[in-house]
Amino acid sequence: MSSNIGVSHPHDSAPLHASGTAIYIDDMPEPRALLHAYIGLSTEAHARIVARDLSAVRTAPGVVAVIAAEDVPGVNDIGPSLPGDPIFADDVTEYHGQALFAVAATTREAARAAAALAVIAYEPLPAILTLDEALAREDARVLPSRLIKRGEPETAIARAPHRLRGTLRIGGQDHFYLEGQIAVSQPGEQGDMLIFSSTQNPSEIQHLVARALAVPDHNVVCETRRMGGGFGGKESQAAIPAAISAILAALTKRPVKLRLDRDDDMVLTGKRHPFRIDYDVGFDGSGRIEGIDFVLAGDCGFSPDLSGGINDRAMMHVDNCYFLENISILSHRCKTNTVSNTAFRGFGGPQGIMAIEYVMDEIARHRRRDPLEIRRLNFYGDGPRNVTPYGMAVEDNVIGELVEELARSADYAERLQEVAAFNERSDWIKRGLALVPVKFGISFTAIHLNQAGALVQLYTDGSVLLNHGGTEMGQGLFIKVAQVVAEEFGIPVERVRVSATNTSKVPNTSPTAASAGTDLNAKAAQAAAHAIKQRLAHVAAGEFGVPPTAVIFANGEVIGGRRRMRLAELAKLARMQRVSMSSTGFYATPKIQFDPVSQTGRPFYYFAYGAALAEVEVDGLTGEYRQRRVDILHDCGKSLNPAIDLGQIEGGFVQGAGWLTTEELWWDASGQLRTHAPSTYKIPAIGDLPPIFNTRIYQSGRNRENAIFRSKAVGEPPLNLGIAVFLAIKDAVMAFAASRRPCSLDAPATPERVLMAIERLRAGGAASSDEVPVPGTAAGRPPDAEAAE
Amino acid sequence: MRATIRFLLGAHARELPDVDPTRTVLQYLREDEALCGTKEGCAEGDCGACTVTLAERDGRGGIRYRAVNSCIMFMPALDGRQLLAVEHLADDCGGLHPVQQAMVDHHASQCGFCTPGFVMSLATLYMAGDNPGRDDTADALAGNLCRCTGYRPILDAARAALAQPARSGDEATISLRARLDALDTDSETLAVEGAGRRYVAPRSLAELTAILTREPSALILGGGTDIGLWVTKQHRDLPLTVATERVAELRQVTDTDTHVTIGGAVTYADATARLAALHPAIGPLIRRIGSRQIRERGTIGGNLANASPIGDMPPLLLALDAVLILASADGLRRVPVTEFFRSYRTTALGPGEVLAAIEIPRPAAELRLGVYKVSKRFDQDISGVCAAFAVTLAEGRVQSARIAFGGIAATPARAHAAEAALNGAPWSAEGLRAAMDAIDDGFTPISDMRASAGYRKLVARNLLLKFHLENPADLADAIALRLDLAEGMRA
Repeated sequence: MSSNIGVSHPHDSAPLHASGTAIYIDDMPEPRALLHAYIGLSTEAHARIVARDLSAVRTAPGVVAVIAAEDVPGVNDIGPSLPGDPIFADDVTEYHGQALFAVAATTREAARAAAALAVIAYEPLPAILTLDEALAREDARVLPSRLIKRGEPETAIARAPHRLRGTLRIGGQDHFYLEGQIAVSQPGEQGDMLIFSSTQNPSEIQHLVARALAVPDHNVVCETRRMGGGFGGKESQAAIPAAISAILAALTKRPVKLRLDRDDDMVLTGKRHPFRIDYDVGFDGSGRIEGIDFVLAGDCGFSPDLSGGINDRAMMHVDNCYFLENISILSHRCKTNTVSNTAFRGFGGPQGIMAIEYVMDEIARHRRRDPLEIRRLNFYGDGPRNVTPYGMAVEDNVIGELVEELARSADYAERLQEVAAFNERSDWIKRGLALVPVKFGISFTAIHLNQAGALVQLYTDGSVLLNHGGTEMGQGLFIKVAQVVAEEFGIPVERVRVSATNTSKVPNTSPTAASAGTDLNAKAAQAAAHAIKQRLAHVAAGEFGVPPTAVIFANGEVIGGRRRMRLAELAKLARMQRVSMSSTGFYATPKIQFDPVSQTGRPFYYFAYGAALAEVEVDGLTGEYRQRRVDILHDCGKSLNPAIDLGQIEGGFVQGAGWLTTEELWWDASGQLRTHAPSTYKIPAIGDLPPIFNTRIYQSGRNRENAIFRSKAVGEPPLNLGIAVFLAIKDAVMAFAASRRPCSLDAPATPERVLMAIERLRAGGAASSDEVPVPGTAAGRPPDAEAAE
Repeated sequence: MRATIRFLLGAHARELPDVDPTRTVLQYLREDEALCGTKEGCAEGDCGACTVTLAERDGRGGIRYRAVNSCIMFMPALDGRQLLAVEHLADDCGGLHPVQQAMVDHHASQCGFCTPGFVMSLATLYMAGDNPGRDDTADALAGNLCRCTGYRPILDAARAALAQPARSGDEATISLRARLDALDTDSETLAVEGAGRRYVAPRSLAELTAILTREPSALILGGGTDIGLWVTKQHRDLPLTVATERVAELRQVTDTDTHVTIGGAVTYADATARLAALHPAIGPLIRRIGSRQIRERGTIGGNLANASPIGDMPPLLLALDAVLILASADGLRRVPVTEFFRSYRTTALGPGEVLAAIEIPRPAAELRLGVYKVSKRFDQDISGVCAAFAVTLAEGRVQSARIAFGGIAATPARAHAAEAALNGAPWSAEGLRAAMDAIDDGFTPISDMRASAGYRKLVARNLLLKFHLENPADLADAIALRLDLAEGMRA
């Protein structure tokens, strides 16, 4: 069989990573006369800037240039799809930490020291600092609200034998890519600008910088070899350092490096959207949902950025694996005076899945059933129980069998008994178990982004240079696409070199996002390689005296009839015969369409599935918890590279669990983020890994759509598996109450939130009285999560 | 007196004049040596991307290897040592080190930015000849954050690479030792001046106190795991630092029948074994202080002298009734640790005075000791609450109780009212109640990003209960406690 497809090739940069020779932007040799930039940040959440005295900054030692809003040659806005993200705040600052001005100096220290000399006078304006405040004010929206509705939810809920209402709050998440945001801009002749940017979206950097510099796109080139992590945080946010360094470079005619330190990075750039979810659900005695009403309030921060798509995706994931016949999903895109929230692995999907999984858990508590039983009961089935709220038929559903396989292999039923028995005899330590299924839609919901281009070149020594629009952030995209190209040419993957992503090689690309990097770019690269191969086949056919269709490319050789030659020999021959060995390739995802007016269509090419079973132990005296065991089964279709995919599954799971447990963003009363470095913001460490951690790729997986070699996208879906840890903690918390009364637990479930939830259970009475919204908020929800039968 | 710093960079000797004493080793590697494999992830010693190895003479003819955070380590700390960065691991032919090869084989890197740091943490174990189990490996990696892999493949790589650690041969050790001996005679005072800043590393306590008398504005520098951040995060200018790490008297740990005495410049790592041997409750606490990299440089003396209200050592030392020995040019004086912390970030240390040693009484066999650290994340986090309980029982009653907390007041503090409530009371659920209420009444903690005031108070109370649960007076007490708790828990 193939030595390229389905094989666990190491990441193409693995030896470079391990030896410290992989070059990130800050590691590149510095060009002559390089300047270092530093950004001056706002210290008010919402204020009019009444005076901005930068004179001391300009005269500080080493300073070469100082710029603010009025110095932007072109458009002072880097909103990715809608305006609203100024490079520099002009007369009003809208969050604590917003960029006000920038300094370029001969050293980084000099630039930083100079920036501290700025004198900014503010006139504070009323600031909206919490999502609840924003939700209560109908004018506090970055975008209009949206509604997806199917069936008769009001009636179905009202008529259902049982009804639960409640509120769940989910915190945001910082990307905490280990490599902070960075860009180096080098001015060239006639207005040219070469930008090295740690970005998931080089084309957008090119376009936004061109607009900011008031030059045509063709003057600007953006190159990205690799990122030290992205996770969505470098989809739109990388434009901030790129634009600022480019403007300074254009102004000074010197190269400019802008590297954000960790604190500035976390304060200045966007994060995962916090959500408030209000639900109202009616169900029958068995736990089958008859009608459900969700109000999803997303905290978008001060500007739209990518919030439209993110909130759309949240709406399209509240169904997760369940058929919800009568449903209303109302989505508010709330504006607060905080940093503009942005893409983060899952892009709103995880918040949607959290919403329905929380509800499933609450229904199970209410019915005193195993939550898995309630989930199975509500799974999508055959038509007509297979249509999503947005009108797409789920045709590739494997969740039922996948969950059964996981439950069987991880001894779910036995462990349910064991946990119950343990909890019976243990008073202040309780265990909890949760099995969470995941279905995740693959494709950009902005249909036009589902395209990719590639450029493949074969040289006369038989080596191949591959370039495509996708960017490498650690996810293994480059090796996967190289495997596909190698397979096309029938050569070992080592013969294919992937070069840095560069907007002058492949233009007008989409961000590497939405898990679609491989799906899109591998197909485009395959098309390019195929085009070259076709031409070579004709050359070989002439040489061998066989029809072109009889020419085979395999094992580094080209075979026709009884004749064969090395690919390198054929390449030399092709050159002699004046045949092109360079080709672009292009791919556009088929089948997808979506009508934004009716909110229906087929936004996703296919779905990826997975499930996780987590077991935790909670200390009822401190709220501390540990994961004891995690079992994961995940569907990658026919995996292109099982080792790379396994890495995405495990890493995604851990990142998802971090989001919902220890990763807490904390703003003070003035709107200042106080968790802006790893000393205060706690992503999972190695000790948080469960001692038993079994992750497997679903062996029956096969993409029923014609995705590249029948594989499936794997970047984002597994992040949702972390929800199992959260719900296992909730399960353990519930075990502290004999009466199984409902109890709210918000995310992240820090030890503090866990202990307070246990305390509420112990105190009895209104289960969540101290965390519920005031009555009469815009959402109009009653103040507690008690059964309202 | 020597004004240059001398060290080995890999195999190469370096002697640098005019070194800025607060320049970090990370800056030096990346900017001066163009060794860019070592990364800056946070500049505060919390992510481990900057991890490098320091090799130093262990005082017994061997070499001690330490993984340290280069982002917060100042240049003069290199003096007399060997600095190894990720670039120094490859063999002469450029082949990957076994640790590096294992990282490749086990798919243990994704974005790769944290990888050199993990490699150096593991290579440090490898060079030291350690083959730790999973828990100890995880301990050694608790200060290395990875955002991509979820860590499992890194643990697998560690297991594979460390299964056959090739201890560097005796010959290599002897040769390295000889080279380090040649760099530093152990007698010269290092006095570095650069970029308008001065640094002095005296060799004796007498010399140290003389300098402090002469230069009252000098900042005393221990391992720099806190002071490093004053520079990298607060961008403060430190015109004169005086290091304790070369002062022979301050680096000693002495054991007697009644006490363990820890020199003021002894690092956590170097004191762990002796402290852990005092009582089983102590080792697990120390393991959770900072990370391996921090404990290799951070000193217990520094943790006390900086008087942070959230330091993890003070509650334990308060509960054990430790005595601090302070030194100045006038001589030594003994201050009970209970009298050391005066107010927020203020101690009993006078001008020209330095913390010379910590004298910890050996816990009596009958002492029941419990130490608890509660934080958002289990490893490498700063406490919301840290508590230490030391109780002696006689016939079911409390004979003496010492209770101390960190994180619930402006200084690490004894809970005197709770102690009073316990003394003489029966060691039972009933007897505990007044003490728990006294904890409630006695403290007004703050709310911040780590924990709310309400949570801190509740946890402080509950930890006393937890300590009791783990130390019942007898079987009857244990059963009674269980019943009592079961009732309370089952609302």
